[in-house]
Amino acid sequence: MKKVIMGNHAVSYGVKASGVKVISAYPITPQTQIVELLSEMCANGEIDAKFIKVESEHSALTAVVGASAAGVRAFTATSSQGLLLMHEILHWAVGARLPIVLTNVNRSVGPPWSIWTDQNDSLSQRDTGWLQLYCESNQETQDTIVQAFKIAETVRLPVMLVLDAFFLSHTYEIVDILEPNDVKKFLPPYETDIRIDVEHPHAFGNLAGPDTYFELRFMIQKAMEEARDVVKKVDAEFKEHFGRGYGVVQPYRCDDADLILVTSGTIASTSRVIIDEMRDEGIKIGSLKIRLFRPFPFDEVYEVLSKAKKVAVIDRNISFGHHGIFFQEIKSALYGRTDVPIIGYIVGIGGRDVTPKVIREIAEKALNDENPERDINWIGVKM
Amino acid sequence: MKPARIPEEEYMTSGHVACQGCGATQAMRFALKALGPKTALVIPACCWSVIDGPFPHSSLRVPLFHTAFEAAASTASGLKAGLEMRGDTETTVMAWAGDGGTFDIGIQSLSGAAERNEDIIYTCYDNEAYMNTGIQRSSSTPVGAWTTTTPVAHYKKRPKKKIIDIMAAHSIPYIATASVAFPEDFIRKFKKAKEIKGTRFIHVFAPCPTGWKLPPELSVAMARQAVTSKVFPLLEVTEHGKRWKVWKDFEPTPVRDYIKAQGRFRHLKDEEIKAIEEEVENNWQLLLAREQMSMNLPGLNKEDDDS
Ligand SMILES: Cc1ncc(C[n+]2csc(CCOP(=O)(O)OP(=O)(O)O)c2C)c(N)n1
Ligand SMILES: [Mg+2]
Repeated sequence: MKKVIMGNHAVSYGVKASGVKVISAYPITPQTQIVELLSEMCANGEIDAKFIKVESEHSALTAVVGASAAGVRAFTATSSQGLLLMHEILHWAVGARLPIVLTNVNRSVGPPWSIWTDQNDSLSQRDTGWLQLYCESNQETQDTIVQAFKIAETVRLPVMLVLDAFFLSHTYEIVDILEPNDVKKFLPPYETDIRIDVEHPHAFGNLAGPDTYFELRFMIQKAMEEARDVVKKVDAEFKEHFGRGYGVVQPYRCDDADLILVTSGTIASTSRVIIDEMRDEGIKIGSLKIRLFRPFPFDEVYEVLSKAKKVAVIDRNISFGHHGIFFQEIKSALYGRTDVPIIGYIVGIGGRDVTPKVIREIAEKALNDENPERDINWIGVKM
Repeated sequence: MKPARIPEEEYMTSGHVACQGCGATQAMRFALKALGPKTALVIPACCWSVIDGPFPHSSLRVPLFHTAFEAAASTASGLKAGLEMRGDTETTVMAWAGDGGTFDIGIQSLSGAAERNEDIIYTCYDNEAYMNTGIQRSSSTPVGAWTTTTPVAHYKKRPKKKIIDIMAAHSIPYIATASVAFPEDFIRKFKKAKEIKGTRFIHVFAPCPTGWKLPPELSVAMARQAVTSKVFPLLEVTEHGKRWKVWKDFEPTPVRDYIKAQGRFRHLKDEEIKAIEEEVENNWQLLLAREQMSMNLPGLNKEDDDS
């Protein structure tokens, strides 16, 4: 069934389709509608789940950690300050190897207060050990939730699904709604032997000395490496079932491109408009959307970008004292494998609109070598 | 106080790594005897995150999930919800936290869980300081006490936070205090708690010889004196915070003796001890007045039920 729904509700429908058993969340703009619709669905019996209405995001994630430790599918959603408050427990979920799914609606971090989008909240969690997937459309968002549970349960790591505040969270698009019964064939009910069970008592998370902790961390890295293939496999399987797939990266008109723009989130769709426009003018330009950020898809990125003459990375985030974060990641992925020039651009922080004009400006600057800096160029700073 | 049978079954085994005379360890042994094998524990950062033993060992015969310092109540809420969604409605989920994890850093998640009336037992074993990290003050440290962050020159000047009042204000179905020096009462209360639905809060007095500068063999004696000197009254609060019942059937002993026996109070001068004695008596009187008041509330059960 097709429906015109907002991005946040696409998340809720994805959660419904996944047969989640415990949900816990705390309100924060611009994520609130996700959990509003979910609590409605729980209340009217559309979803057979418990909704724990906690007093903070810290408790939301720990409640979900507890539920997941009991061996059920569990979900939470948040944004910005809420995600930052969860930080300690983000690590906990990974160390405890719990297949939780969390949606973060990218919102700027205060002060000053801002409810508009940028990626600093989720990207500053990149080293916690969560998988991160950045979505571009409402359909992709709904579908990725379902994929995320399958991925998480396969590698026993939590998955964070990320979408732009307002540009996606509050934008209405047509979504082919997944029916829970159809999804069951793709994502069967969750079962695990590794859980809190009075018949098989174990202690989870007790003190590990230097002689064991190291190996436990090594295993997380192994699981992350495994996840690189699992994400692809799950996506392919999803495509078999539902006819839609998204890949770990999405190249667009890259094959003979002189310049490739690296994008993520909703900027990816905006960029394609400019790529088509410039292609019509005879300019060889393409784009590469990064959907999977953790684990980082080194090979896929290399394969596409190594063929370009130039790469321009568009970052809606900033690592203060360094560069844009996707820029860092791309640079490190290509280091020693190709010497294609990579130029970094910072845009759209605090929700400033990244219009087709802005993308075109970046493309032209990159093509014409009009960049004051090689690594970091701020676009549209009014001072 | 009615005698209760102390179950012979042991759910705590040797191999734990507690200090000698650790009240928190005795408390766990009694609590599990009362609750039995269908119990799942959630333990935040505290001495008990170490006592159970290092990975991959455990000295307990029940499952245990370690969680972050401030997250015992919320993790337990989620665990209970998860078990129920699996169809397991029998397992008792118990959060087991220190005074720091309860009175201080964990009070937010505890308050949230209690207000929602989550179906969990929350036990605070109170050794009156952060012992895991080396004896720093908590808001449960009593007035007058030395800790490493309240050195003798600036010993603790503020009174211990009244956690029972705070929990009673949450209108939860069952609140009790218990002491390792009174195992029958202890076990009776945990058994009673097990049968009640909703949030049950049990405040356990658990001496720490290491932190209190006390010979380990005096641990239980100190716990007993805390009760008989009225420093730590044994009580129950039922009827959703309204009905207070205080145990009074004991030979009172001087607060002074309790204080004098512990190195952590060694610096206190006579008049300072006197002030503490007065405060203990005032709190006791307030407690009795509260009990009396709760007797006269309309519609509440006046009868002693089972003690
Ligand atoms: C967020 C956080 N802050 C600080 C600590 C360090 N820490 C671990 S246990 C502890 C004190 C625990 O005190 P209490 O709850 O009274 O338990 P006890 O150690 O006395 O058994 C502290 C401060 C931590 N683990 N997590
Ligand atoms: Mg303590």
